[in-house]
Amino acid sequence: MAEPVVQIRDLRFARGERMIFDGVDLDIRPGGVTAIMGPSGTGKTTLLKLIGGQLQPLSGSIRVHGEEVPGLARAALYRLRRRIGMLFQSGALLTDINVFDNVAYPIREHTGLPETLVRDLVLMKLEAVGLRGAAQLMPSELSGGMSRRVALARAIALDPDIVMYDEPFTGQDPISMGVLVKLIRELNNALGMTSVVVSHDVREATAIADYAYLLSDGKVVDHGTPDELWGSRSDWSQQFLNGQPDGPVAFHYPAPDFRDDLLGSGRC
Amino acid sequence: MLDALQRLGQITLQFFQRLGRGNLFLLQTLASLPGTILRPGLVVKQMYSVGVLTLVIIVVSGLFVGMVMGLQGYNTLVDFGAEESLGVLVALSLVRELGPVVAALLFAGRAGSALSAEIGLMKATEQLSGMEMMAVDPVQRVIAPRFLAAFLSMPLLAAIFSAVGVYGGHLVGVGLLGVDDGAFWAQMQDKVDFHEDILNGVIKSIVFGFIAGWIALFEGYDAVPTAEGVSRATTQTVVHTALAVLGLDFVLTALMFGD
Repeated sequence: MAEPVVQIRDLRFARGERMIFDGVDLDIRPGGVTAIMGPSGTGKTTLLKLIGGQLQPLSGSIRVHGEEVPGLARAALYRLRRRIGMLFQSGALLTDINVFDNVAYPIREHTGLPETLVRDLVLMKLEAVGLRGAAQLMPSELSGGMSRRVALARAIALDPDIVMYDEPFTGQDPISMGVLVKLIRELNNALGMTSVVVSHDVREATAIADYAYLLSDGKVVDHGTPDELWGSRSDWSQQFLNGQPDGPVAFHYPAPDFRDDLLGSGRC
Repeated sequence: MLDALQRLGQITLQFFQRLGRGNLFLLQTLASLPGTILRPGLVVKQMYSVGVLTLVIIVVSGLFVGMVMGLQGYNTLVDFGAEESLGVLVALSLVRELGPVVAALLFAGRAGSALSAEIGLMKATEQLSGMEMMAVDPVQRVIAPRFLAAFLSMPLLAAIFSAVGVYGGHLVGVGLLGVDDGAFWAQMQDKVDFHEDILNGVIKSIVFGFIAGWIALFEGYDAVPTAEGVSRATTQTVVHTALAVLGLDFVLTALMFGD
């Protein structure tokens, strides 16, 4: 089996007193789409930020292309990041420049290419996401789905090896969602990239993923191909994938006894 | 009692943590300046929004401050038959004190708050994170050009404030109250020293520009990335800059004119 592009071992990370990751092991294989799923608040976005070196773990190893990310010096980290594209949940487009300049931004910053070539590259990327006609619009004039597609064009502007998608399907109408699902899969195949999709939209994520990890309470609770996961015997996986309101993940947030609480002898 | 002590300790720790972050931020910004100078286009663009767009409020305020000083100064001086010294009074007050200080306060209100809000919102909408992930250093690309623009604009704005203020004083003193035109300018020329008065005023405005830029950008960069956090950062920029400018003005005045 090919060497993983991203290899995480015994990852521990905390925000204040709260442990977000407590011994996560995870491999992302080259060339495929890996989905990382879990309920809201499990730290999926945090995991992407740890892979991108924006956060430092308490302990554990995060290797990207064989390089240990937490120990990288700033210059080496920036060099590594040029090979990683990231699609933020909000799009994170620069609001003071138009769509064309947003996509051109990483190209202009990192390459000394002449402007005519930059133009051709940007138009190619925008064509790939179907928004060449929107090149002159400002980010404020775009719908949510369009913003995310522009951000996708920007994320692939430098032809990265890895693209990380942070909740790409959240808040999208069915058509935009379908477009994004198709784009992520097609771009992955056409450009030969490795894609990491963080999502809690189970159907869309499993539809395009080659492999998936389920995270909960700081640990990997299940992993496998989508078919293996759908057929998993784990109660937790079944509850999450089928969206059942009660199960191993309790409907109620931990609370003192209801009777005591109503009678006023509880804590609050 | 224990709770109060705990709270006091917490506030003190938070204060020093923030001060530390602010200093590290300043060092990072200063270290990014050489790279910024190589891209003057970025600085020029920021000088427009930080400096040029602040001109209107600076010119109008300068004119009125000068006119008020002309009126007030004349009323006092005329009792001693010294109304011809009006030019000196107006010029010295403006060049030494009011020019740098009032221009810095107006600058904090107009440009500083805008800078904080802009950076805070860029943080809240993940634009700064996005840049980092694109391997673009936001301090180098966003913060340093704005800092340099604030640093360069402030002395120019203070100079314009003083110049317009002197013109305002002249307008009221000579034009309205009949002070002798020649005496107004001649006494000013005679009594205002280039090193002692003008240069010290310029040094003050340079220091204020440095402080105003630092506070505004740090408040934005350190803001809690929510609507409330950005609004708090904007307010704090104006309050902290005003306090810092007034406090530093006393220290600088004591150092420059204290003997």
